[in-house]
This record gives sequence, structure tokens and C-alpha cells, in this order.
Amino acid sequence: MVIYGVYIVSKSGGLIFNLDHNVPKIETERTESYPLSYSLEYEPKKVSVAFGQKDGVNVGHVLVSVNGILANGCTLEDGRDIKELIENKDNYPLTLKFSRPKMTTNEKIFLASMFYPLFAIASQLSPEPKSSGIEVLEADTFRLNCFQTLTGVKFMVVAETIQPGMDVLLRRIYELYADYVLKNPFYSLEMPIRCELFDTNLQALLEQVEKNGIASI
Amino acid sequence: MIYNLYIFDKYGTLMYYSEWNRLKQSGITKDEEAKLMYGMLFSLKSFVNKISPIDPKEGFLFYKTNKYALHYVEVSSGLKFVLNTDTTATGIKDFLLQLYSKIWVEYVVRNPLWTIGTPVTSDLFKTKLDEFVRASPLFGPKII
Repeated sequence: MVIYGVYIVSKSGGLIFNLDHNVPKIETERTESYPLSYSLEYEPKKVSVAFGQKDGVNVGHVLVSVNGILANGCTLEDGRDIKELIENKDNYPLTLKFSRPKMTTNEKIFLASMFYPLFAIASQLSPEPKSSGIEVLEADTFRLNCFQTLTGVKFMVVAETIQPGMDVLLRRIYELYADYVLKNPFYSLEMPIRCELFDTNLQALLEQVEKNGIASI
Repeated sequence: MIYNLYIFDKYGTLMYYSEWNRLKQSGITKDEEAKLMYGMLFSLKSFVNKISPIDPKEGFLFYKTNKYALHYVEVSSGLKFVLNTDTTATGIKDFLLQLYSKIWVEYVVRNPLWTIGTPVTSDLFKTKLDEFVRASPLFGPKII
């Protein structure tokens, strides 16, 4: 049982809490000879694979390091330009490390506010009257369960696809939210959740669920 | 129970729309509804690709609300099939791929009078599609 992350979105669509639980690290390091068998795309903020995936280097993966030196946007830590380095035949062989791009906090906030209209449109485009918004969203790699409380706060859990009982878990998280966040006198509504007790209890809950299954809570 | 079906091409043009047991209209014109639907799918796809913890292959498959489920199949040419069913229906992906190979390819792609990128108006396609959907065990009232 693997849970990848928990998100809490406020009534107005802002991300107020996020926890990355068990996100697998996808990294590949390969020693390459000239010319590269895949083509790279050089953007100001990152160097990514544009075409030709093989041996774990997939399209969309970003360049992390060259010969063990970390990449920082389009330049290396020591100031050398990555494009020049890679396109020059004399520098080979090169050891390149790629990884699946990690979401930054900004991107997470962006995604959370993107879910809000999707949720609303799903209920508007419904062929049956009185439909709720998205409750389960499934892709081939994960399943997202969403639970909206009566007050409009959305709880989301991203987990493996074959995972029954996520709605029970969501309700448990809601309980924790009610106990440790709403009863915290220093917490103001709609603001990001920074409550230590909530963090520790949620972490403990997720670990318990992962170890003993959903029936244990 | 099958509610309705949308077919979009890779540019987001509504190629075909049909409905069977639809109980609620969205209150906007079909044209606007199609744009809204395509916009939502486009966002859903990018949402799924970003939030996915590992590299996705097919990406978005379906979503469910408490009343209906929306299933999504995209073929490599960018043609998109969107089918709304009740929440208990299963095996929709196979059904849509069958629909693509048996109905779309046969009666649209092999129709010399159809120009790529324009909505399908062929009556033959319409009847065959209707037959195909009605013959499916997925059609008909919800089994509770």
C-alpha cells in the first residue's frame, strides 16, 4: 500500500496543506559518448529530454548533473554553459544524470488551484442532475481521491491505483483536521496549516495505513 | 447506462456528438459545451501529467463523481473519445477502442467524402454508431 501525497485545498481554491509521503525518486545516471542518442531541449530554467527515450531516460526528464557537478538551470554550478559542454565532441565521454522533474511548492499551489475549476466543470457538464464534483480521478500511474466537506474544504489523497478504502482514510484526515487544526487557537481559517500536532498525527496515520492496511484505523 | 459521447480531434474540434439517456442539459449551447469539455480535458491531462509520481504512459483514464463517470481514450493520432456512463460501468476503454476500430475507421476514415478536420455528418456513421452503442451490454438502465 503506497500513498504518494496528501493535499488540502481551502474553500477558495488555495493550497493550505501539502505532504509528500512516499514519492519514488526516479533518477538515471549514464555515461554517454558522442553523439547523444536523444535530443535535449535547452530552456532558461532547465535542460530536459525532448525526444528519444531509452534505458530509463524518458521524455520530460530534466538534467540534474554532468560528471557529478550539479546543474543549475542552463549552467553548471561551476559556471560552465551546459549547451556548449554537451555539444562539444571533445568533452566526451560525459556522465549525465537525469531525473523526473520534482514539483516545486509554487507548482503545487498552481496545481491545487487548477483542480478547483476542474471540480466545478465536472459537475456542470454532468448528464445527470445534482452531480457532485470529481470524487475519484484515475490515471495509469495513480489514483486521486477527493473529499469535499460541507464547508467546502477539499481533502485529496494521491495513492497507487489499486487502493480500496481511500474514502475512509480521507474522513480520518478530516477528523484530524477538525481536532488539531480547527481547535488550534493560533490557526486562522483559509491560511496555510502549520500545526505540529497535525503533522505528526497525519504522518502516524499514513504510516499505520501503509503498514497494516485501511482496516486498522 | 451510457449517457453521451463526444469525439474530438487533436485540435479540439468537436467531430461528433451524440446522446442517449442524458437527463440534464448543461444550459449552454452545444458549441460552448464542447469547448468547455475540451478545455477541461486539456487541463485534466496536464494536471495528471504533473501530479503523477512516476512517468505516466497513458495518463488520464477516467474520473467519477457521485452520479456519473467520464471515460477518456485518446488514440495516437490525437483523436479523443469521451464517454459518460453511470459510475458502475466497467470495460469502457475496450468498448471505446472497439468503437474506434470498427465504426470510426470503417465509416469515417474510409469515407472519401469526409474531409479531415471537419465534423462528421454521414448518416451511415450515425446509424452504425447508434447500433453499436445500443447493442452493448453497457447501454440500458443502471444495474443497482
